[in-house]
Amino acid sequence: MDLHLKIWRQKDNQSEGKLVNYDLTALNPHMSFLEMLDTLNEKLIVQGDEPVEFDHDCREGICGQCGMMINGLAHGPLKNTTTCQLHLRSFRDGETVLIEPFRADAFPVKKDLKVDRSAFDRIISSGGFVSINTGQAPDATAIPITHQIAEEAFDSAACIGCGACVATCKNASAALFTSAKITHMVLLPQGKEERSNRVLNMVKQMDVEHFGHCSNTEACEVECPQGISVLNIARMNYEYSRALFFRKK
Amino acid sequence: MILDSKIPEGPLEQKWDNYKKKAKLVNPANRKKLDIIVVGTGLAGSSLAASLGEMGYNVKSFCFQDSPRRAHSVAAQGGVNAAKNYKNDGDSVYRMFVDTLKGGDFRAREANVYRMAECSLNLIDQAVAQGVPFGREYGGYLNNRSFGGVQVSRTFYARGQTGQQLLLGSYQALMRQVGKGSVQLFSRHEMLDLVMIDGKARGIIVRNLDTGDIERHSAHAVVLATGGYGKIYYLSTLAMGCNGSAIWRAHKKGALMASPSWIQVHPTSLPQSGDYQSKLTLMSESLRNDGRIWVPLKENETRKPNDIPESERDYYLERKYPAFGNLAPRDISSRAAKERIDAGFGIGPLKNAVYLDFSKAINEQGKEKIQEKYGNLFEMYLKITGYNAYEEPMMISPSAHFSMGGLWVDYELMTTIPGLFALGEANFADHGANRLGANSLLQASVDGYFIAPYTIANFLSNEIHTGKISTDNIEFEKAENEVKQQIKGFININGTKTVDHFHKTLGKLLYDYCGLARNEEGLKYAIEEIKKLKQEFYTNVKVSGQGDTMNTELEKAGRVADYFEIGELMCYDALTRNESCGAHFREEYQTPDGEALRNDSEFQFISAWAWKGENNEPELIKEPLIFEEIQPTVRSYK
Ligand SMILES: Cc1cc2nc3c(=O)[nH]c(=O)nc-3n(C[C@H](O)[C@H](O)[C@H](O)COP(=O)(O)OP(=O)(O)OC[C@H]3O[C@@H](n4cnc5c(N)ncnc54)[C@H](O)[C@@H]3O)c2cc1C
Ligand code: SF4
Ligand code: FES
Repeated sequence: MDLHLKIWRQKDNQSEGKLVNYDLTALNPHMSFLEMLDTLNEKLIVQGDEPVEFDHDCREGICGQCGMMINGLAHGPLKNTTTCQLHLRSFRDGETVLIEPFRADAFPVKKDLKVDRSAFDRIISSGGFVSINTGQAPDATAIPITHQIAEEAFDSAACIGCGACVATCKNASAALFTSAKITHMVLLPQGKEERSNRVLNMVKQMDVEHFGHCSNTEACEVECPQGISVLNIARMNYEYSRALFFRKK
Repeated sequence: MILDSKIPEGPLEQKWDNYKKKAKLVNPANRKKLDIIVVGTGLAGSSLAASLGEMGYNVKSFCFQDSPRRAHSVAAQGGVNAAKNYKNDGDSVYRMFVDTLKGGDFRAREANVYRMAECSLNLIDQAVAQGVPFGREYGGYLNNRSFGGVQVSRTFYARGQTGQQLLLGSYQALMRQVGKGSVQLFSRHEMLDLVMIDGKARGIIVRNLDTGDIERHSAHAVVLATGGYGKIYYLSTLAMGCNGSAIWRAHKKGALMASPSWIQVHPTSLPQSGDYQSKLTLMSESLRNDGRIWVPLKENETRKPNDIPESERDYYLERKYPAFGNLAPRDISSRAAKERIDAGFGIGPLKNAVYLDFSKAINEQGKEKIQEKYGNLFEMYLKITGYNAYEEPMMISPSAHFSMGGLWVDYELMTTIPGLFALGEANFADHGANRLGANSLLQASVDGYFIAPYTIANFLSNEIHTGKISTDNIEFEKAENEVKQQIKGFININGTKTVDHFHKTLGKLLYDYCGLARNEEGLKYAIEEIKKLKQEFYTNVKVSGQGDTMNTELEKAGRVADYFEIGELMCYDALTRNESCGAHFREEYQTPDGEALRNDSEFQFISAWAWKGENNEPELIKEPLIFEEIQPTVRSYK
């Protein structure tokens, strides 16, 4: 199959970027989207042009590194799918495909399709953990957790930190990412002790990083490759109010 | 050179305790005078960096991804072993030790393996305390499943994302220390050389992958937790960025490489479908708990799998290995699949796969139960192939997966360079010639959480008077200049073929001649071909862009340059081992019914290799394996 690509090229954070057109022919529909970009890059290198920079690693939908906007959608047209798990069979022969980086103030562009998502690490650093040191843990069975709770905690813990939720949100809010971690932790007995400080610190850090506020458009849930539910955000809001209430007392 | 494995005295079950009792400590007040570099943020690296940070050392943590949370450990699916015996099915530390040693075809050190089994108990406690949401029974207790090569259920799992959840646990512990300032984080930094001063590892040279800047970092000890080099085959289950450069560059500075040719081929990955393909995706081994593996009885079968009646199917694992059936270990299952495919019974468009069938399990347990156990894997299969595995069997095929080889380390996880440690998949220890499923996450984690914090302290206790190590030292300057020279060299070649072209060509050579099966003639041929390919690379590779900016092609060029040399060493290693063991199947050495034929009288040793310089043959140094506790037996899963 053939594709016409319009790809955002930007030398570095200081330079202006622009869309550049590329045509690819005789592509195999079973190819993944990133393999299609590999094919393009092979061509560009041999021609003496610089290849398109994009982030990726596992190519299994689990490392969270490969996000880009494809035809205006984070990770492209399929629901709950990362860019690396998207295959050309999801496109029409001859289609024009627009490829841009994730955009948000908190995610500055580094080059072409690569953006800096270290703000997410700093949010985790501000409280997204259980404060247990190595070698102090009680026997694992000493903390029974029902199957149901473990599965619910898992649903939230499954966030891969890809940033699609931020990129797709008109306010560039990190609420889905942050709330997923808060919910994962607060559902489990191990995480409950620190619930108040955790939510206050993590929410504060979101502001420091210039993420926008959540205005409940729910676009994040639609684009999230892991199907993280917006109910996590409701949970975060509840935890936040609860923490403020207890702090005042 | 005589290798001293430093195995502590005493009976097996007391060795680690004996070691810990005698290991020297570093007083908390002195810890802040000591700098430690940890390269890698996978399970091994992040757990160690977090632990050392907690203890009060100054830690610098490096990874090439944009966040430590993306290290390759995140991709592990099936589970992590621990001899907790929660199932009351007869598991124990001792049984796990025996299973692991046998699974590795008696080519691992007893003391290391025992310690790994022993520490497995603590790991589950640690992970649960961090909030890892392992699978649970309805009553609230932890659940287990079984994995290849064992007959008890000792594998803890978090759906099909165990690696992700364990890594998030250790990443969060790491980020907690970063927040506290005890660990400094350098993501998007790649280590390009090791710096030695007076025979000790004292620092590294790294490239900032965002800016292209070359930086010097010094420390009193350097730890490489840089994962496996299985991506050398190009097509593998590993992440695209996995490479062997960090350990290889340390090897060239004097650290021995052990057992490089023992690379595990995993039986259940998705088959290759075309030349454009960049990787092969693993379908977790846990699927073999319920999935049955078969091929058609008839050669060149054209019917759809569901149209082939039971009586015309060959469940070859159940047939050949009735005691273990579909749970036969990976090397055996992979070879059995290759044997059927080579004999003309392969299925799929390229006839390179076998079926993994869930219809019986779905009939017996219901679709919902199967969905709960493996739902995400079935979804992944659907996304990649477009087929629904609830309705027809999956197509699977063997693919390169895990490197049992790596830097040689002693019981303290220290390499032959004083002050240089290697953890996790980057070292050779614990797995022997074949790794049992779910033992790698375990090894990486216990190395980082429970072993290296003691052994590194033992080393550092002699460093408290050393003082800060200056990066102005001539050795740093020399190493930096070499790195810069190499980068300039790659860019100046300006040939006609891409880095990926060379990587793919090398990978195919290794698959064909140093893959699932090897023979003398093929290995000798491969060594010559690799040499030629390497020469062509240095005259005809095209690396676009510049050295002083972000440049992925340049990163890849350095890694592939090292792969040529690692590949050559793999072939030398395979050539000298005139026996078949675990992942190493020399066609000349097999039983009449095609099983691996080990030769204990001549090859009961670890092959450790010394670098002798460009274009010289490497030197083989043997570490004899002494079995006190159990006597090697013929490995049978029949
Ligand atoms: C698909 C798949 C599924 C698996 N499933 C299982 C399973 O179910 N159970 C199990 O036990 N094992 C499993 N494994 C194996 C297991 O995941 C790995 O062996 C293990 O995670 C390795 O951990 P590690 O910490 O040693 O290295 P890794 O997690 O590979 O981490 C390597 C780190 O080193 C860094 N690095 C490397 N080189 C450099 C450099 N030059 N400079 C700077 N940083 C560098 C990387 O950035 C990364 O942070 C699986 C493996 C694969 C591929
Ligand atoms: S919540 Fe979803 S979209 Fe957002 S970072 Fe996590 S996985 Fe990505
Ligand atoms: S490359 Fe890892 S999620 Fe896509």
